[in-house]
Amino acid sequence: MGKSATTRDVHALFHSLRSAYAATANHLKIIDLYIFFAIATALIQVAYMAIVGSFPFNSFLSGVLSCVGTAVLAVSLRIQVNKDNKEFKDLPPERAFADFVLCNLVLHLVIMNFLG
Amino acid sequence: MAAQETSQSAIFRHAFGNVLSFTVLLLIGVMAFSIRLFSVIKYESVIHEFDPYFNYRVTQFLTKSGVYDFWNWFDDRTWYPLGRVIGGTVYPGLTLTAGTLWRILNSINIPLSVETVCVFTAPVFSAFASWATYLLTKEIKGAGAGLTAAALLAMVPSYISRSVAGSYDNEAVAIFALIFTFYLYIKTLNTGSLFYATLNAIAYFYMVCSWGGYTFIINLIPMHVLLCIVTGRYSPRLYIAYAPLVVLGTLLAALVPVVGFNAVMTSEHFASFLVFIIIHVVALVYYIKGILTPQMFKVAVTLVVSVGMVLCFAVLAVLIALVASSPTKGWSGRSLSLLDPTYASKYIPIIASVSEHQPPTWPSYFMDINVLAFLVPAGIIACFLPLSDASSFAVLYIVTSVYFSGVMVRLMLVLAPAACIMSGIALSEAFDVFTRSIKFHLVGTTQNPQENAGDATKVTQNDVKSEKSEDTVKERSSRKSKKKDKENIEKPSLVSRVEKRLLVLPLETSVMAVFLVVLLGAFYVVHCVWAAAEAYSAPSIVLTSRSHDGLHVFDDFREAYAWLSHNTEVDDKVASWWDYGYQTTAMANRTVIVDNNTWNNTHIATVGTALSSPEKAAWDIFNSLDVKYVLVVFGGLVGYPSDDINKFLWMVRIGGGVFPHIKEPDYLRDGQYRIDSQATPTMLNCLMYKLSYYRFVETDGRGYDKVRNTEIGKKHFKLNHFEEVFTTHHWMVRIYKLKSPRNRIRGKTKRSKSQKSGTSKRSTRKKNPWQ
Repeated sequence: MGKSATTRDVHALFHSLRSAYAATANHLKIIDLYIFFAIATALIQVAYMAIVGSFPFNSFLSGVLSCVGTAVLAVSLRIQVNKDNKEFKDLPPERAFADFVLCNLVLHLVIMNFLG
Repeated sequence: MAAQETSQSAIFRHAFGNVLSFTVLLLIGVMAFSIRLFSVIKYESVIHEFDPYFNYRVTQFLTKSGVYDFWNWFDDRTWYPLGRVIGGTVYPGLTLTAGTLWRILNSINIPLSVETVCVFTAPVFSAFASWATYLLTKEIKGAGAGLTAAALLAMVPSYISRSVAGSYDNEAVAIFALIFTFYLYIKTLNTGSLFYATLNAIAYFYMVCSWGGYTFIINLIPMHVLLCIVTGRYSPRLYIAYAPLVVLGTLLAALVPVVGFNAVMTSEHFASFLVFIIIHVVALVYYIKGILTPQMFKVAVTLVVSVGMVLCFAVLAVLIALVASSPTKGWSGRSLSLLDPTYASKYIPIIASVSEHQPPTWPSYFMDINVLAFLVPAGIIACFLPLSDASSFAVLYIVTSVYFSGVMVRLMLVLAPAACIMSGIALSEAFDVFTRSIKFHLVGTTQNPQENAGDATKVTQNDVKSEKSEDTVKERSSRKSKKKDKENIEKPSLVSRVEKRLLVLPLETSVMAVFLVVLLGAFYVVHCVWAAAEAYSAPSIVLTSRSHDGLHVFDDFREAYAWLSHNTEVDDKVASWWDYGYQTTAMANRTVIVDNNTWNNTHIATVGTALSSPEKAAWDIFNSLDVKYVLVVFGGLVGYPSDDINKFLWMVRIGGGVFPHIKEPDYLRDGQYRIDSQATPTMLNCLMYKLSYYRFVETDGRGYDKVRNTEIGKKHFKLNHFEEVFTTHHWMVRIYKLKSPRNRIRGKTKRSKSQKSGTSKRSTRKKNPWQ
């Protein structure tokens, strides 16, 4: 009895999650897709390192951290662009995107230097 | 009309305030620069101490050969025969900064020498540091607190001690980088702008380049983030302030060769990764909470908690196993000695022997931060009303820096900015209340009529309270005003919470209080100027003393190094205790065996063993290292207390730590260290004793040592394997040359000598790791 209640709850939970997420705006969903892509690339790199070994370590580190870095920056962009966030309502989305580009530039400059 | 006029007057007041702030900041910068010039005025424009000479030599190399040669420099004139990879073991921030400054100045045709730029780098950056303090405190409390904190930092003796003109050391630039990084972090936290987050990462990179103390930043910021999360202050701005910093900061830290992969592999950085994971989990939780209904969220929580706990424990177990497998749990020796203050004295005598690494005494707190020591608690209270993210950071900063300054006296330097910020906040809040009271009493009745009605009720309440405060004023007016400050701040806070309006005090109290607080500031200024002029301006390479017949100048060190550079071959090796290594390579330009970097304990122990052994054994060790000259510092003739005989026990301990035949009790008589007639024979025969006191009896006939205050034990002896080549004017530095071995050994002693040499060869094989 309890088990079916929990499974029913879990089903309801996933259903509500899916419906709530489908209601988010399109541009936020694009950013979410980008984040997912970056994390997936990072995981692929970690799996590759587990198979092949970690030499040269600086290349591995810069590869993984560049993926994680772009994911983090994309999350920050999503936070700033999301209209539901009261704290950022006077921030024009163009400014948020410009900051995002600048931070990415710095990140990738460092990555290119560290890649070896 | 009235509104327009008030807005115009508001604009004027604003503009006037801005101009005034700018002027005050400029004056603060000038003061920070000038107060550090006492050493240049009293002595000369010379580089101080020991470590700055190494930085100076590296900067010289940088300006001569360019950045790429500096980055790849392998120095073979130190740690002979090992050499030292300068590019990979030095924090390049300071040298690159000074080199860039020199380059820029020369390109605009201001031909300053490298030495001048090096000497004055520290005062210039202390001016920048006080401006950075203004910016940081402005983010925490406001412009008034900012100006006060900047003024306090410009003068605080603890910072002056490490940044006088001539003290060309990492801290000169690093403290500026520290405060500036904290400012950018708080600014990002307050505004939530990714632009400032980028700048924060770049400033953190500059800090990593400059000083090993950057681990303080990368542990304090995660601690603060964790504090904010735990106290329920999580916000998207916190995420933007922290997450990009971790990723970019780790990458940038790994770029600096001296840090390299330590940025991801040592325990000093693990806190940042842990909090990185935690903040992502928290962000996800808040996001899901935002898009779900409350019942659904409860279901999600129970589900996740049950599944996630198992995963979490598994990951944690793996991590703990990884970390516990290394003997020091992944921490470096210096960091461990910070967390466990007794660690260094048990395991790493070299770290324990440095005087800067000892815990401070109570008087040193009052010497170094003076009045701020008891303004800090008032500042902490002021930070709590109201508590914001920025002020919680300031409180965390002061608490951690007080702990670390209690462990190591050198870290009083990290306490200084925190103390200045807190005291600035406290003083500014106090002045706020007093001047508001004065203004209310003098002008309040003619201005806003609405406020008057409210104030009337307040005034009656105040009369009751003012009687109490007047009594307390009468009781304590003779004492320091700090208690009054605290009382006044606490009383307004209580009443303001009840009434939610501004409190005013009676006129006489306020005027008296303002006067007393200004007097307090005056005492602080007098102390700071005295400390800068008398206590912290000595260059250590030139000593002075006053006697009845005027001022004596002891320039023996430079005399000795100049002699070395003019009278020896370029490739001659000089052995001395590691304190003098940097100065010897920089000023005498000779190869040394060990220097202040102290990275190789065995090598230092070899030199220590040689200095503790009898003459022949010492000669063998030095000969195996190709040493030509031995340099000792001796203060017995003039009373210079930091000479090698006083440091000798550390040589014994460090040598004995690696070569067990050197035992410390052999050099002590009844547990006491003596060099007079009661000294042990091992002591009287060791090389250090002989090199220090050779021919000493010729100075005054009795051999009276002015530092140890006794006559020496062995007065007339000859040196068989060393010859004295130079002694400076006040006998402070003595240089000896190794005598070459005899060409032939006289017949009668040949057999016994060969037997002796056989046994000595066997024992030297044990002593000499190089043969």
